Amino acid sequence: MTLDVERIKKDFAILDRRVHGHRLVFLDSAASSQRPQAVTDAMTTYYETTHANVHRGVYTLAEEATARYEGARARIARWVGAGASHEILFAKNVTESLNLVAQSWGRANLRAGDVVLLTEMEHHANLVPWLMLKDQLGIELRYLGVTDDGLLDLSDLEEKVDGVKLVGVTAVSNVLGTINPVRRIADAAHAAGAVVLVDGTQLTPHMATHVHSLGADLYGFTGHKMLGPTGVGVLWGREEILEAMPPFLGGGDMIRDVRLDGFTPNELPWKFEAGTPPIAEVIGLEAAVDYLEGLGLEAVREHERSLTRYALRTLTQRYGDEITIHGPPDADLRSGVMSFLFRDIHPHDLSQVLDQRAVCVRAGHHCAKPLMRRMGVSATARASWYVYNDEGDIDALADALADAADLFS
Amino acid sequence: MPGLEDLYREIILDHYRNPRNRGELPAPPAHRVEGFNPLCGDEVVLYLDVEDGRVADVKIGGQGCSISQSSASMMSAAVKGRTVEEVRALIRAFKAMMSIHEQRLDGDGAGEEGLEEEEAGAGGPELKLGDLEALRGVVKFPVRIKCATLSWNTLAQALDECAAAG
Repeated sequence: MTLDVERIKKDFAILDRRVHGHRLVFLDSAASSQRPQAVTDAMTTYYETTHANVHRGVYTLAEEATARYEGARARIARWVGAGASHEILFAKNVTESLNLVAQSWGRANLRAGDVVLLTEMEHHANLVPWLMLKDQLGIELRYLGVTDDGLLDLSDLEEKVDGVKLVGVTAVSNVLGTINPVRRIADAAHAAGAVVLVDGTQLTPHMATHVHSLGADLYGFTGHKMLGPTGVGVLWGREEILEAMPPFLGGGDMIRDVRLDGFTPNELPWKFEAGTPPIAEVIGLEAAVDYLEGLGLEAVREHERSLTRYALRTLTQRYGDEITIHGPPDADLRSGVMSFLFRDIHPHDLSQVLDQRAVCVRAGHHCAKPLMRRMGVSATARASWYVYNDEGDIDALADALADAADLFS
Repeated sequence: MPGLEDLYREIILDHYRNPRNRGELPAPPAHRVEGFNPLCGDEVVLYLDVEDGRVADVKIGGQGCSISQSSASMMSAAVKGRTVEEVRALIRAFKAMMSIHEQRLDGDGAGEEGLEEEEAGAGGPELKLGDLEALRGVVKFPVRIKCATLSWNTLAQALDECAAAG
């Protein structure tokens, strides 16, 4: 059950590119992955043979396009363990999915003084929508802290969850790679009567997703970090919760009837899909699901864990105290995301120097400024690996770090 | 393809390793202004003491990459002792040097000044950019332009606040 990375690489034409004369070493999949030929082919074929607007025309193309779009929804629903395909909603990205929850569920269920519990580890996408509601409704926000090892501090979970209406938690940290004990948090939240929103952006691309096993009530993820196209995000929600939520965006497709003095919303899932949806992107996402399932999510997870172990060992053996790797030291608790500081070189400078060897790593605050403050840094460099990376890529990163050491010595 | 030597000139690395005018000033009387680069988290804290229309003292705090820090350091050395008018002209000249790609889209700091002024500032004989010329290579790395201009935008803001405060 191992990945044949050499064969996988052949599916990603972009990996043949050379930058500054070097082969591309793409270590930024946590920001956006690359996509295999099968995904772009699926989208191109759709545009070249089938495209028409969905849910409207009665002609053959429109029926085929609708069948493809709704077929992809059903496929994605099964893939994450949803109870029914109408529990899957498409948005333009996971940020919109999470905003949908805040603005629809939040406005319908929260009043001034109600409490939402988040974590210090959240991406801005699961922070700012709730901060906006704090301004708009006067809700109160509470946060689970982060330990020095980059784990969620659950020592006061029961205390903090008490009286809370919703708990929002990221399944995997986009900065530290920490895999969070979502089930444990969800159980405590449910015991306290709270709804559980899980940001699965960094989980779904890398390991099998079962929304019910996680204990989620609402679960968001995005296409472009899981070999799919940009422009499509997903929200899964338990049917009864989605049913009780008012529409988010208004427009075509989300209505059953419109009068001059009011409207009646459509049924699930279309109630939440105003306007022409990202049809080709959803079809591309389905192709990404097929591709990942072909590899096997367990094999994907094992591959990334093995690369994480290799990276932790290689970088610490070679650079010792010169490198600080954030997050849990145990690869079993991490996804393939590694934030680090190298000497006292600013991550921007580091990333710039690594680019000269075509080593692509992200530098900055990774849209998680509260977490950066908790870690006492303003920025980190972040390398992240996926199905098309191998130990050679980690070696290339390690070699390129030596260039930075030379330049800034 | 630009090489790193265009970006990391020795004088830049020197200012990065040995930043000039690092520190704080009592505020007030000095003006304290913070500047942020929201994309990368770099921040600069500028203390500006203007007396009789002249920059009596300037100190720089904050943290950031070699480009933002060296630019701030060079800026502090360049503006100390200058009149406010000279400093504004220097800001225009520097931003003109940095504005190859984003000249009219920036919408910050120098936004209200006209193009002709900017060009006049860039060509003014009294405006020797001196060491600051070393930062010219940054424009070949468009993502880093905002690193170089962060402290300058903050300085422009500080001057505006000084003027508004009378």
